[in-house]
Parts: sequence; structure tokens; C-alpha cells
Amino acid sequence: MLKATIKSLLGRKLRLLMSTFAIVLGVAFVGGSLIFSDTLGRSFTALFASTVGDVVVRPAGAGAGLGASTVTIPASVVDDLESVPGAARVDGNVTAFGVYVVDKDNKVVGGQGPPAIGGNYSDAPAGHDLPGLALTEGRPPRGPDEVVFDAKTAQRSGYFIGEKVHIVTSSDQALLTPKLVGILDFPEGGSLNGATFAAFDTSTAQDLFLEGEDAFTDIWVTADDGVSQTELRDAVSERLPDGTEAVTGDTAADEAASDLLEAISFLRTFLLIFAGISLVVGAFLIVNTFSILVAQRSRELALLRALGASKRQVTRSVLVEAFLVGVVGSTLGLGLGVLLAMGIRALFANFGLDLTGQALIFAPRTVLACYVVGVLVTMAAAWLPARRTTRIAPVQALRDDIALPETSIHRRLLLGLVGIGVGAAAMGAGLFTDVPRGGWVLGLGILVVLLGVTAVSPVVSRPFLAAAQGTYRRVFGTVGNLAGQNSLRNPRRTTATASALMIGLALACTMAILGDSAKASVDEAVEENFVGDYVVSSVFGEPFSPTIATKMAEVEGIDRVVRQRWAQAERDGDFFGIAGIDPADTEFLGIRMVQGTLADFTDGSVLVDEGWAEDEGLSVGDTYTVEKTPKGELELRVAGIYAENPVIFFPTVTTLETLKQQGYPTSDNALILDAGPDTVGLQGRLDAVVKDLPIVTVKDQAAFADEQRAPIDQLVLMIFALLGLALVIAVLGIVNTLALSVIERTREVGLLRAIGLSRGQLRLMITLESVVIAVLGAVLGVVLGICFGIAMMYAVRDEGLEVISLPWAQLAVFLAASVVVGVLAAVFPSRRAGRLDVLRAIATE
Amino acid sequence: MSNPAARVVGLTKTYGTGEARIVALDDVDLELAAGEFTAVMGPSGSGKSTLMHCCAALDTADEGSVFVGDQDLTKLKDKELTRLRRDQIGFVFQSYNLVPTLTAQENIVLPLAIAGRKPDAAWYDEVIATVGLGDRLTHKPNELSGGQQQRVAVARALVSRPTIVFADEPTGNLDSRSGAEVLELLRSSVSDHGQTVVMVTHDPVAASYTDRVVFLADGRIVDEVRAPDRDQVLEIMARMTAVADGV
Repeated sequence: MLKATIKSLLGRKLRLLMSTFAIVLGVAFVGGSLIFSDTLGRSFTALFASTVGDVVVRPAGAGAGLGASTVTIPASVVDDLESVPGAARVDGNVTAFGVYVVDKDNKVVGGQGPPAIGGNYSDAPAGHDLPGLALTEGRPPRGPDEVVFDAKTAQRSGYFIGEKVHIVTSSDQALLTPKLVGILDFPEGGSLNGATFAAFDTSTAQDLFLEGEDAFTDIWVTADDGVSQTELRDAVSERLPDGTEAVTGDTAADEAASDLLEAISFLRTFLLIFAGISLVVGAFLIVNTFSILVAQRSRELALLRALGASKRQVTRSVLVEAFLVGVVGSTLGLGLGVLLAMGIRALFANFGLDLTGQALIFAPRTVLACYVVGVLVTMAAAWLPARRTTRIAPVQALRDDIALPETSIHRRLLLGLVGIGVGAAAMGAGLFTDVPRGGWVLGLGILVVLLGVTAVSPVVSRPFLAAAQGTYRRVFGTVGNLAGQNSLRNPRRTTATASALMIGLALACTMAILGDSAKASVDEAVEENFVGDYVVSSVFGEPFSPTIATKMAEVEGIDRVVRQRWAQAERDGDFFGIAGIDPADTEFLGIRMVQGTLADFTDGSVLVDEGWAEDEGLSVGDTYTVEKTPKGELELRVAGIYAENPVIFFPTVTTLETLKQQGYPTSDNALILDAGPDTVGLQGRLDAVVKDLPIVTVKDQAAFADEQRAPIDQLVLMIFALLGLALVIAVLGIVNTLALSVIERTREVGLLRAIGLSRGQLRLMITLESVVIAVLGAVLGVVLGICFGIAMMYAVRDEGLEVISLPWAQLAVFLAASVVVGVLAAVFPSRRAGRLDVLRAIATE
Repeated sequence: MSNPAARVVGLTKTYGTGEARIVALDDVDLELAAGEFTAVMGPSGSGKSTLMHCCAALDTADEGSVFVGDQDLTKLKDKELTRLRRDQIGFVFQSYNLVPTLTAQENIVLPLAIAGRKPDAAWYDEVIATVGLGDRLTHKPNELSGGQQQRVAVARALVSRPTIVFADEPTGNLDSRSGAEVLELLRSSVSDHGQTVVMVTHDPVAASYTDRVVFLADGRIVDEVRAPDRDQVLEIMARMTAVADGV
């Protein structure tokens, strides 16, 4: 029996290819997502290992995550530590953020995501004798007019050693034009993962970033041979002045890595969700393919039964075939998954997260998951139709047409409706109640709804398919009629094929609706709250030099310049944002007090918005304690509670001076400009101020709204790119079904050709059938997507996204695109059908 | 006699190469007169099916020419062959070969519909009447008996008034009564409407409905009978078998 199975398997190469293909794709997506996710998990730990010393001395309480600070350690500490037993050398570092390299086309290198770092050049080795970032070309920088870049930044900016470069900082000296004298790189491999690094000599770095203070932002102590990091840390700690702390390099690296991991943890979740989607879509493809294949083999299987094989033997034969195909498919899929992970890595590099220097992580779990998924799904997919096959009376093998007994359509309908009900309930629970892991419940609900819709779709799609057939008949005549009839011939197959597309499009539509609604909310917020005439802000939301505000105030026609600074602080282990403004500007910004008066808003006090006050239980006069700022704990007096105001991006507001005292940098995050009556040529004069500073732009209300919408568009686009891959599986599913249908109907195709159907007409017929499937999937997907999208928007309506907006144009594009998808999917099957030898086709049994 | 509906000149067709080379047709010359019912008979492997397929533009000749009307099939491209099959040739297959998704009626007019033509109403009515399906015309093929399906297939072949109708073992799958009905249908199309019909068969009874029987053996025409009766055909076939067996 086994021999017969393998013979039958090898005897039909195309069938083998088709079914394997389905598995390969499904598994590849699971494998690719897992591999990339693991790689994301590990690369950062590796990265930071070579960017910390054996022991790091830093201002106490700084930790990581608060971003830039002006708190420093005096240079004298370096001298003190040199005599610590076990210390081989001590090096002071200056590190500043928001130091952008601008390339020859006046474009910022990098920018989004990974930081732009400036600092001092040091030849100190990293911890554990790692070489760290070291000079590989040229010479170290000397004096105020020389700089070195890391190799990747040099390459991306296109500057060569000896050339004058262009650097924009957020300090008082907004624009620098030093000469590039050297290149830094990791001699033993490693990467800054997309960050840029520009280093000056130590005194220049101190002048630029520490206002000339002879101090450092942190200190590296390198251990003597045989001295451990912990021993050295303890020895160092004894000599430290108050306000500083020593941590081992391992700790510092872990902290930095876990911070970054947390920042990108949504990416991993996202990828895993995506793997789940791929798996479901892939499983659809596999189940569908095997149903068709087994149906096509039913005659052969019935013959085996007639020859005396037992039901169990027949089932086993199908399962063995599925197992073999599953193993082969999973193996190939795993290989393709690696390629896919490389593709995602390249995609992320485009978004600024450059991991190209990191090897992909190939965990045993990934291999296991791929095989389990590939083999089990395949066997399950084969088992269902195989069981049906065994119910065929053996005598039917001798007849011409075999109809497989199908499960009752009513039972299926009922099952599907129950599924939709349960799924909708789960979605509701996930959205509106406080069940634990609401996100998972919601996702599961969506999945169950999708499966339910798939189950009922053969019934609910009937009117659609019938209408399509009628339309086709009118528009395309007989060929159209034939195509329409074919899609109605086996509604289960048609709808199962369409389901893969439905899932992808339902999710795409949901995202489109979320994105569009978010944009509409932004527009509304901007319209209602935009004050002044222009907004000056960084393209990347990063701080910029305070000198820009000073220069803007001097521009003719500008009456007033309002600064905003944003700071990160930590309370109860959670980070939150504090906005800093000048108390004189509160009225201009339209801050409406609900409690307290603006007159009480002075240094050392804080204004909180209504929501925050409620969450934290604050009222006027209370003391609000912020546990972590660059200078440690900060106590603020609550001066008032204001109505939520979208111009203020954070729930708490304090004064500029308070932030400065607490060690936050004095760079600005946003400026609001109020113009006088004469605005002729004003935009041009303002643009001239920031001409050489491409990180900053001057926008009027419309441009500001555009800029606020841009990140939403980008996120939606990224999700579309990933869902696009699900679309690819769906298209291949259609190709698969059509190709198999053509094989199944070989004789009929031959007949049609024999009685005069031209190749063109045949191709048209298959293309029309394909388009019906694709449009059906799209219609179901768009309808579901609209339901999901509205449900989700409804759920988040309290969080500042009040507008539910349906992007009709985009949804129409989805439907139109599905027609194109249908046409494309038909290319291969219809060519194949066209090439069939008429005579042989008719003779086919 | 008028011009032949189809003729083959020096038709040769081989399959395979080397040792496995089989000569299916060996320099065959044949004229098929218009308005005649011709049967092609011969033992299995005699080349009768190949001959028909070549005449019907379903297969290509290695050597020689095939004419349907005045057109030399060997000089036509696929597109022209398709049009020729559509407009000038009708088919009846052993296994009916109806399109399962279409009703009997839709199947009958399919060749015309594909060509984008309307059936000639009077002729259509007549064909429908002779097929004698009555109210079953709106049924799908799987709701019809074998004989009914084959009568639909014959009607499909006749409805476009082709130059020639080819029937490949049209009664092979039918019981004798259904078979007789199909043969009557073909006979009357020739006698009453002047249709040219060529039928491949190895049933002597079927052959007795025709005007002329051509016997093939080993790819050559070996005998021919006009206005055959069943016994005559049987006798020739027995003789051929005897020759083949070397008795």
C-alpha cells in the first residue's frame, strides 16, 4: 500500500508541485516571522555589549530611558578613579543626542528611529576586551574643526576624509562644518543598528554639548586582566562622589537593550500576529488544495476499495501522502522563510532599523514550529476529504462522474453562524470589557468570525455568484455564461479560495479605516486647536537648537515666538511626558483652566490635564512627586487643572526653567509663531532661517496637519506591505485552484476547443472565473473590514480618536485591485489550458 | 456526384520513433461524398480513429493533405483550424462530452453561441423536433439518460449546419435501443437534410445504417461496400480477421 501511495504521488508531478507549493508558502511565512522576531530579540543585546566599558560610572538615578540630560560628572572624578585597584584605564565620555549629519544634498542621514549621536573620540576598549568602535581610517580628531564618523554614516552621507561636512545639533551652535579626518568601525564586527555617530576631540565635545564645562556624561573604567566587572564596580563605587553611581558593563548593556527591546516590542508582537495570519491563510490554501486533489483522486481511491483495500488503508494512504508532502513542503518552506526573514530585515533597514550586520537567529523552536505547522495542517487538510472519499461505494469507481458526499450545507451554515456569534461576542468582550489579555481575546474573536464567515460563505455567496453569472452572460455572452456557471459549479471551492483573499483584505480594510479615522481625528484636533500662524518643529520630533527661536523672533513680521520643550520622566515605573512652556504663553496657547488659576503657574509647579488629574487623583495644591528625572526626584506643586488641549502633547505642563533646573537640555521641541498683519513673503523669510538646518521645518496650519498625518500614513503603509504578502498567498491560492480545476476539467476544455472555442475565448473564460473568485473575496473582505474597523474605532473613541471615517476611495481601490488580482491569477492556468492538446484532452478520463 | 465534402490525399501518420514506431495511416486516399453517410470500420489499431481525427482538424498529418470543402487543413494555423472546427465541422463523441454546467438546450446551441451567431430558427426547431427531447431541454446533462445525452450531442453537431459531421463510436456507450435512436437521427439528417456524416464504428449493425462502409487495416483502406447490410459487413470483417490471423 505504501508503495502504491508513493508511486501515485510521484506519478502526478504537477499535483505534487501544487500541493507542496501551498505548504511551502504557509510555512515560509511562519518561519520567516519567527526567525526575524528572534533576530530582533537578540541583536540588540549584542549591539550594546560592544558599546559599554567594563564599568560605567554615570549620574545617579539616570538609568536609561529618560533620554538626553545635562547632568554631568566632573572631570576630576576620572583622575580620582585612575588609582582604583584593578582599573587598567579610565576614560571620560561625552555623549549627546540630536547631532545630525547632513549629506551633500542637504538631507539628514538616518533620523527616524535610531538616534543621531554626537560625542568625544576615545580609544577606550569596550567591556570584556571587545575592541568597540575604533579608528580604522585616517586619524583622531583634533581641535574644534575636525570630526570623525562611524563608517556607515560616512558611507551613507557620501563624505570622504578631508572634506568639510555638515552637522546640525540641538545645542547653541546649531550648524557645524568641521573637516572629516577619520572613520570609526567595529574591527571585529558589530553595528550601530542605524544610529549615526559623530565624534570630536574631548574639549570640543565639551564645548559643544556641555556648555564648555570640564566634565563628562559618563565614565568607562577598564578592568585589569583577571579583575571581574563586579569586583571593579565595587572598588570604583567606594571612590565615587555623591550623585554618581557605578554599574557593570553587563548591567548597562542589559538596561539599554531592554529599553530598546521594549520600544520595539510592538514590532515582535506585530510580526507574530502576522505569522498567525499567514498561518491561517496558508492553512486555507493547504486545505483547499488537498480537498481538490483528493476529490480528483476519488476515482482511484474507490478503485483501490473495489480491489479490496479497507477504508483504513485508503485513509492511511492519503495520510501518508500528506505526511510526505508535508515534510517536503515544510523543509522547503523553512528555507524560503529564511529568505523572507532577510527580506523583512531589508525592509526594516529602509525604515531606519538597520540590522543587516546581524546574523539571523535560527532557533530550534522555529524549526519545530514550521514542521508541526506544515505537517499537521497538511495531514488534517488531507484527512477531512479522505474520510469523505471512503464513504463512496466502491462500485462508483467504475462510473463516469463521482460526486463526493458533502457534509450537509445546513449543518455548515449553522456552525458558521454560531462561529460568527461566538467570535463577535469575543470581540465585544475584548473591546468593551476588562477581560485579561483583551488584545488576544479580540484577535481570537476576529479569527473565529473569519472562520465562521468562511463556513457560511458558500450559502451567502450564492446570490453574488448568481448575479455575477447573469452579468457575465449579458456582457460576455456564452463565454461569460460558461465562466459564471463554472464558479457556481462548486460554491464551496469558489468561496474557500476567495476566503484567503477575504482575510487579507478584511485586515487591510480594518487598517485603512483605523488609519483614516486617526487622520480625521488629527485634522479635527489641529483645526480646533491650532493657535498662532506657524509651527516650527523637527521632522523627527527631536529637539533642536534654542538659537532658532531667537532668530525667528528677529524675523520681520513675527510678533511672538512660543517655545515648547518635551521631557521624559518616570513615576511608578512608567515613563510619561512633561511639556515645558513659558508661563507668559499659557493664555496664547489657549490653555483653559478647569480648576485653579494661571497666575499660580510658576517655577516648581505643574499644570495637569483633566484626564491625568482623574487618573492620578490630583487636585489643586497637591504635591506631585516625580521619581526619576536626570537629577533624581522632583516635587511639583499642582497649580491647576486644565481642559485637554491637543496643542500640548503631554498631560502635564511645567515651566521651562523648572525643566532646565532638573537637568533637561535647553533645546526646543516645537515653536509656535504668531505673525503680525503683514504676512507677505513671511514664509520665505522664515524658511531662510532654517535653510541649512534640514531637521527643522516651518509650517502653516495645513502643512502642520499634513505632517501630523504623515506618520499614520507611514504606519498604515508598512502594515499594508506585510498584508501584501498575505495577498500574495491568496493570489497563489487562486492560481492553484484554477490550475487544478483546469486539470479536473481537461476533457471539457478539450471538448470546448473541439467545437470551436478559440484560445482567446478559453483564456477569457478562465480569467472571468478567476475575477469572480477575487471580487467575491474582496467584497466579503471589505464588508468584514468595515465591520471590524468600525468596532475598533468605537472601542478606542475615548482615547482622542473620536472621528470614524471610512476611506471610500481606498475601499473602492481595493475592489478594483481585486479585479486585477483575478486577471493576474488567471494568467498561468489559462495559458496552460490554452496549450492543452485538444485530442488528448478529450481522451482524458 | 457533387464535390466531395472532404477528401484526404496521400495521408500518412506515424507515432513514436525507432523500434516503437507505429504507422497509423499509410498513404491513405479517400473521398467523402457530400450528402452521404459513411462508416469507417476496422479492427482496433487499424487507424480509423486517427483518420477521423485528421479529417476533423483535431490531429495533424505527417504527410499528404486533408481537405474539408476546398480548404487544405495542412496549410491552416491554429486560429483558422479553430474557426474551421467551429463553422464547418460537427462532432459526436463516444462519451457524449456535454458541458455539465449547461442545460441541454444551451449545449445544443453552444457552437453557434461561441461563434456569436444566432441559430436559424426554422432549422433549430427542426433539429429540436428530431432530437425529440421535449420538455427535457432545460435539464442539465446529469439529469438525462445516456441516449438522451447522445441525442443532445448529435443535435449540437447538426445545429450549425456543418459541412461534415464526424461521429466517433457514437453508440459505443449505449444500449441497443438508445443506439438505434441515435443512428436513426444521424440517418435522417443525411436522408432528409443532405448532411454529410462520417462515423467510426465497429458495430456491424451501426454500419448497416450507412450508405457506404470503408474498411481499414494496418493504416490502409482494404475494402469498401456500398449500401451495406449487416451480414455483408460481418462477412468482410470475418475475412479481415482471418487475414490478420494468417489463416
